[in-house]
Amino acid sequence: MKSLEELRKLRKESLDQVDMRRSGKGTRIVVGMATCGISSGARPVMMALVEEVKKRNLQDVTVTQTGCIGACRLEPMFEVYRTGEEKVTYVHMDAEKAKKVVTEHIVNGKVVSEYTIGAYEK
Amino acid sequence: MELYRSHILVCGGTGCVSSDSLKIEERFKELIEKNDLKDEAKVVKTGCFGLCEAGPIVIVYPEGAFYSQLKVEDVDTIVAEHLVKGRIVTDLLYKESYQEGEMQSINDVGFYKKQERVALRNCGVINPEVIEEYIAYDGYEALGRVLSEMKPEEVIQIVKDSGLRGRGGGGFPTGLKWEFTAKAEGDQKYIACNADEGDPGAFMDRSVLEGDPHVVIESMAIAGYAVGANKGYVYVRAEYPIAVNRLQIAIDQAKEMGLLGENIFGTDFSFDMEIRLGAGAFVCGEETALIKSIEGKRGMPVPRPPFPAVKGLFDKPTLLNNVETYANIPQIILRGAEWFASIGTEKSKGTKVFALAGKINNTGLLEIPMGTTLREAIYDVGGGIPGGKEFKAVQTGGPSGGCIPAAHIDTPIDYDNLIELGSMMGSGGMIVLDEDNCMVDIARFFLDFTVDESCGKCTPCRDGTKRMLEMLDKIAEGKGTPADLAKLETLAKTIKNASLCGLGQTAPNPVLSTLDFFMDEYEAHVHDKRCPAGVCKALLNYIVIEDKCKKCGICAAKCPVDCISGTKGKTVYHIDTDKCIKCNACLEACPFDAIKKG
Repeated sequence: MKSLEELRKLRKESLDQVDMRRSGKGTRIVVGMATCGISSGARPVMMALVEEVKKRNLQDVTVTQTGCIGACRLEPMFEVYRTGEEKVTYVHMDAEKAKKVVTEHIVNGKVVSEYTIGAYEK
Repeated sequence: MELYRSHILVCGGTGCVSSDSLKIEERFKELIEKNDLKDEAKVVKTGCFGLCEAGPIVIVYPEGAFYSQLKVEDVDTIVAEHLVKGRIVTDLLYKESYQEGEMQSINDVGFYKKQERVALRNCGVINPEVIEEYIAYDGYEALGRVLSEMKPEEVIQIVKDSGLRGRGGGGFPTGLKWEFTAKAEGDQKYIACNADEGDPGAFMDRSVLEGDPHVVIESMAIAGYAVGANKGYVYVRAEYPIAVNRLQIAIDQAKEMGLLGENIFGTDFSFDMEIRLGAGAFVCGEETALIKSIEGKRGMPVPRPPFPAVKGLFDKPTLLNNVETYANIPQIILRGAEWFASIGTEKSKGTKVFALAGKINNTGLLEIPMGTTLREAIYDVGGGIPGGKEFKAVQTGGPSGGCIPAAHIDTPIDYDNLIELGSMMGSGGMIVLDEDNCMVDIARFFLDFTVDESCGKCTPCRDGTKRMLEMLDKIAEGKGTPADLAKLETLAKTIKNASLCGLGQTAPNPVLSTLDFFMDEYEAHVHDKRCPAGVCKALLNYIVIEDKCKKCGICAAKCPVDCISGTKGKTVYHIDTDKCIKCNACLEACPFDAIKKG
């Protein structure tokens, strides 16, 4: 270890490894990971979300899983919770769509209406 | 960089390891492999979470699900449900963390709510065997800043301003100790760490070494810079194999990264350290004996002065602090002396780690701000006494401390208050006693320990404690006389005055403090030949309460020495007290509570 900068650089890299264990508030992305979700492809969606969030170095965003949300025909699906905003439910997701949601909704704050449950039900 | 969607933290502290947490860790790894989850979920072995009562403990992130008292089989359920399907297995959650169908954050659970973790901040959070995880939580930042931005005097000033006092027993101001060592003259100086934690039931320092070994390394290097030392020794007992192993791993990693060794952080400062194993003699926790032991000599105390700060290891100036004291230093540097001084009471700053044991629901490790009352520690954090029994006293300070009775339960915990009550902070053992504990028996237990552990150098300690123990034995057997009580007190005071080191000077404390607060119990043993708590066997008699006896004969069937007579269905049973060995089997067996002891 030759300097404080070197240590701080290493810390920044290492933070990703443990970030999840810090009690973060902010945005929560909850992926339906019951049998229905998994069999229709929730895993790659989940992993895409995790990767995208890390790649963009988004702080205060946690990706977690939940059981059956109840609308199995719409799986894979996930919901985005942000403090002060109404919950948004995205349906019929895949890895590509998930990445787009991260870019548009999580980063730019614009809900991707075409993927939401509201759009589907119409 | 590998990314995982889930982290599974398995407690690898000694408590959980002894209840099979390593097998649980194995099983998780096995099943994660089998379910093809190895790119998604990571298993991390951490240090002690503190709530040892609920062990083995596993926490699954990002949800923060706090699973407790797991069996190896339960891992199958958690993997199948939680990891694969994302359904938290609520049946296996720690009871208090799941209420009214909602999972609470573990920080809101009673046990953790009133705690403030400074020394234990990383325990149960990081993997102690991975230096990067320590660095991620600001590890070595304090050392870096000290070396690149501060003068040694400034470091000492911060430690002085923080008000930190030694966590190993006496409570000597840490900053002053650093200053004395810095000012002492010598071409070579040493840093030493006392990890020879010997009090029965205490495991604070062990948990820090097991859960966060790097904090000790970082802090000792900071101390080395502050006082002008380039070599450190950690004296730890061989009875702590997990702690020793993790500390060695940590030292090796730090050396590899250049955080120990030559020219640390590109400065002129060099520091190296090594572990010295002790054989587990209690007296080696005393600083002069510890120094002798590190030098390879027999662990026996020598008179002070000269203090180690002037003439310590190999006759050179030596700074000796204990593990928990060191564990506070990096946070003090990073967050400032004012921050630290804002926690606690006027004369006792910061937090203190306690090992809570005895008659208490949440056996485990807790860190609370100084000034927290005993009641808060025992009832709010400790969860109270099992079985709704009545709180009688709390023993603090181990074999050097004393018993604080129920009347003083609202005393704020700090160094001075405890000493005023005839006990002491010690290293932080806290043993809770309830109505079923006999105070004579408790005093005897601790004295028995010091008799064994006395090094034999001073006659008052070597022979005096032995004579005291004999008197206590006599009292417990119902053969004590009023003269014994008076003699006990005189002898205790002599030993305190005439012993060389802390071991002898404090060994009579458990007896003196129980004499002080529980004289009535001693008198009951001596005058009435009765043990009020029903512990001292020689003073117990088992009797059948005739009105309650249903003549079922279960007691007679259970009695191992056939001393209970009667005829089933016809006569009330009777216990022959001469033959009775007081094993308690009949009392436990009787379905009608018809047997009492008294």
